[in-house]
Amino acid sequence: MSKQIKVALIGNPNTGKTSVFNQLTGLKQKVGNYPGITVEKKEGICKLPRGVKAHILDLPGTYSLNTTSLDESVVVELLLNKNDKDYPDVAVVISDVENLKRNLLLFTQIKDLKIPVILVINMADRMNRKGISLDIDLLEEKLDTKIALVSTRKGTGIDRLKELIANYKSLSSSPNIDTTVIAPEYFDKLKATFPNEDLYKLWLVITQDVNFMPIEKNPISIPASFKTKSKSELKRLQQKETILRYQFINGILKQAYKVDLNAAKGLRATADKILTHKIFGYLIFFLILLAIFQAIYDWSSYPMDFIDELFATGSEWVKDTLPPGVFTDLIAEGILAGIGGVVIFIPQIAFLFLFIALLEESGYMSRVVFLMDRLMRPFGLSGKSVVPLISGTACAIPAIMATRTIENWKERLITILVTPFTTCSARLPVYLIIIALVIPDGRFLGLSYQALTLMLLYLLGFGAAIFSAMILNKIMKIKTKTFFVMEMPNYKLPLLKNVGYTVLEKTKSFVLGAGKIILAISIILWFLGSNGYSDDFYNAEEIVNQKIETEGFTDFNLQNMESSLTAYQAALQDSMALQGYELDKQALTDSLRTKATELRQKAKNQEVASYKLENSYMGLAGKAIAPLVHPLGYDWKIGIAVLTSFAAREVFVGTLATIYSVGSDEEDTIKNRMSAEIDPVTKKPLFNLASGISILLFYAFAMQCMSTLAIVKRETNSWKWPTAQLVFMSLFAYIVALIAYQILK
Amino acid sequence: MATTVAQLKRGQRGIIKEFADGVLPVKLMEMGCLPGNEITLVQVAPLKDPIYINCNGTHIAIRRSVASLIELEIIEDSPL
Repeated sequence: MSKQIKVALIGNPNTGKTSVFNQLTGLKQKVGNYPGITVEKKEGICKLPRGVKAHILDLPGTYSLNTTSLDESVVVELLLNKNDKDYPDVAVVISDVENLKRNLLLFTQIKDLKIPVILVINMADRMNRKGISLDIDLLEEKLDTKIALVSTRKGTGIDRLKELIANYKSLSSSPNIDTTVIAPEYFDKLKATFPNEDLYKLWLVITQDVNFMPIEKNPISIPASFKTKSKSELKRLQQKETILRYQFINGILKQAYKVDLNAAKGLRATADKILTHKIFGYLIFFLILLAIFQAIYDWSSYPMDFIDELFATGSEWVKDTLPPGVFTDLIAEGILAGIGGVVIFIPQIAFLFLFIALLEESGYMSRVVFLMDRLMRPFGLSGKSVVPLISGTACAIPAIMATRTIENWKERLITILVTPFTTCSARLPVYLIIIALVIPDGRFLGLSYQALTLMLLYLLGFGAAIFSAMILNKIMKIKTKTFFVMEMPNYKLPLLKNVGYTVLEKTKSFVLGAGKIILAISIILWFLGSNGYSDDFYNAEEIVNQKIETEGFTDFNLQNMESSLTAYQAALQDSMALQGYELDKQALTDSLRTKATELRQKAKNQEVASYKLENSYMGLAGKAIAPLVHPLGYDWKIGIAVLTSFAAREVFVGTLATIYSVGSDEEDTIKNRMSAEIDPVTKKPLFNLASGISILLFYAFAMQCMSTLAIVKRETNSWKWPTAQLVFMSLFAYIVALIAYQILK
Repeated sequence: MATTVAQLKRGQRGIIKEFADGVLPVKLMEMGCLPGNEITLVQVAPLKDPIYINCNGTHIAIRRSVASLIELEIIEDSPL
């Protein structure tokens, strides 16, 4: 087998690096994480001419090798470490024709590391429109490299790039610039101390943590004794280095790069004037948000209903086909229900990422950040926090993943910690059923009380997020000195291929990452709910049979059976009358009797299931926490529902359905059953205004979502933050719910 | 007091004279914000902050606090 050429793609953000990567590798790519940190690692395989293959590594976007963020340090770490398995045979620097000068800064730095480099000048299709002309031969000669002029939009130049990669051995690997001239004495001393090391590499190692702290592993260790320069001196030298590089680049571009300003035309100025206008800017942003929400709630409901139906049917099918037993139950109620719980979120997540990808690709997102930055700052957040906070109303998981663009660690951490307060779609089923139960019909200024309550809950979520951000900002003692510097890229028509890949990749990472945990939890819940150790649990059937014989069915089931039977009788008589049959009294009584037996059997099964649950491990847990939830106005059954909701909030309704043995997930039945529930002590309905509000508030604030905790763990790379989040949010929820119940009671 | 980028009006241009040393993010320099280069103020966000500049062909948004560290000489526009 021939050896693969190892290629690293490096470039500034917004140069179309990912497009080049997609063009080279197509679908033969995989996305993972660098070990221990959450920087994405993208790899792929590319077929080159003459049967050669290349392994392409897409490195995070960076402006230079002077690291200021985690993403950027990954690039430097790799390029400094010859022993890394990904150390490239050849580096491909991607630049964009309009920003060539700035892009070349990074190019010269990589050239000076003595790695063979190919320069890609991307977005060649814009040259005419912008009046740019290039002398490629001269550039190749002066920069001592080979150049591929590429347009990923039109798909040109990729073949030339592949040809260049295949012939990488003919590339020169001599440096562009002698950095040592910025401080000759200092570099002489360095050379004397480390005679075997490359001076420029040493310089990069030494200055690596000048701008950025949390990096521990250094491929070349510098003895602590070698500290002849203070941080600010080093920083000044870095400035000198940057100026030196720009002098070199300016000298070349003066000859090889021409812009005819008269030929340049663009929408940019006009678009910016409108999109960042102090009134229209916000208005347009607001309208775009409305459209996105509409799409996420409306469009995704069709595939979601379909998925729900599919898994319910699948679960039924398994129960009917496989021999009854523990194994079948595990598949039907544990595993299938668990997978269904993951898959159901795919439509919303895919839609959300579709919109975010479109906004980002087009360049609009930077304008939003620009508009919002000042408003968010008093709360310790950045303009870049807006995207996650908005996405959080759909689901906190993709929202937390979206915080990666915030380069300031403190602002990013605060955003991650407060995002789960925003009202996600999983809270909605709980809100809807409780509001329908306890909030009276009626209108205030033409708006229904129920709609107003729902709106209030959304505002409450945002309020809690902003408020806790403010507190966190005050108490967190993280010192970060990153400045807010953000490039405002040119507006672009999004490339469908790029958007498609992003949606595919993010959705996949959600399903595989968070999915595993949701699945595990639902299996555990199933186990706890369907197993017990007491005699009451094992003999549930006999005990319930006996109880029904002596005491009869519960009132609710009796009424239910009666009304079903009456309805059945009426339907039967109607259909007979319609078809013109004579009424055969005997047949009617017979079928009524059969129906009654059937109903009684069903009611019995439900009561057995309910009794079993009450005595299962989960039931015991519910009773154990009863004293804890009693002050909030809940009984042990609501307690269990709240407890299981810590896996995922929407489980609330399902759990209550099982406990109240309604037997069907039909919302109306559950609602009727819930409103019939009487508090044994006060003899009043259990779900009243006080306990209802208490539940609503609890769900508004509590951290009840395993998947979110898992994502926070992944993004912060520590259990400390998700634990803090769980404890703080849940405690806060408990206290608020307690106060509300005790006042309203 | 010297004029800084923070004092530019929309559409006004200037040449970067000097930096408040050591405090300014290197990233800004890498993007082309270097002494001798021209800066144009493109847009100001609604609450006067951040500001959006065009420096040497690169469009960047920076906060006002950073802008006030970049000294410059304003170019008076001669009527064409």
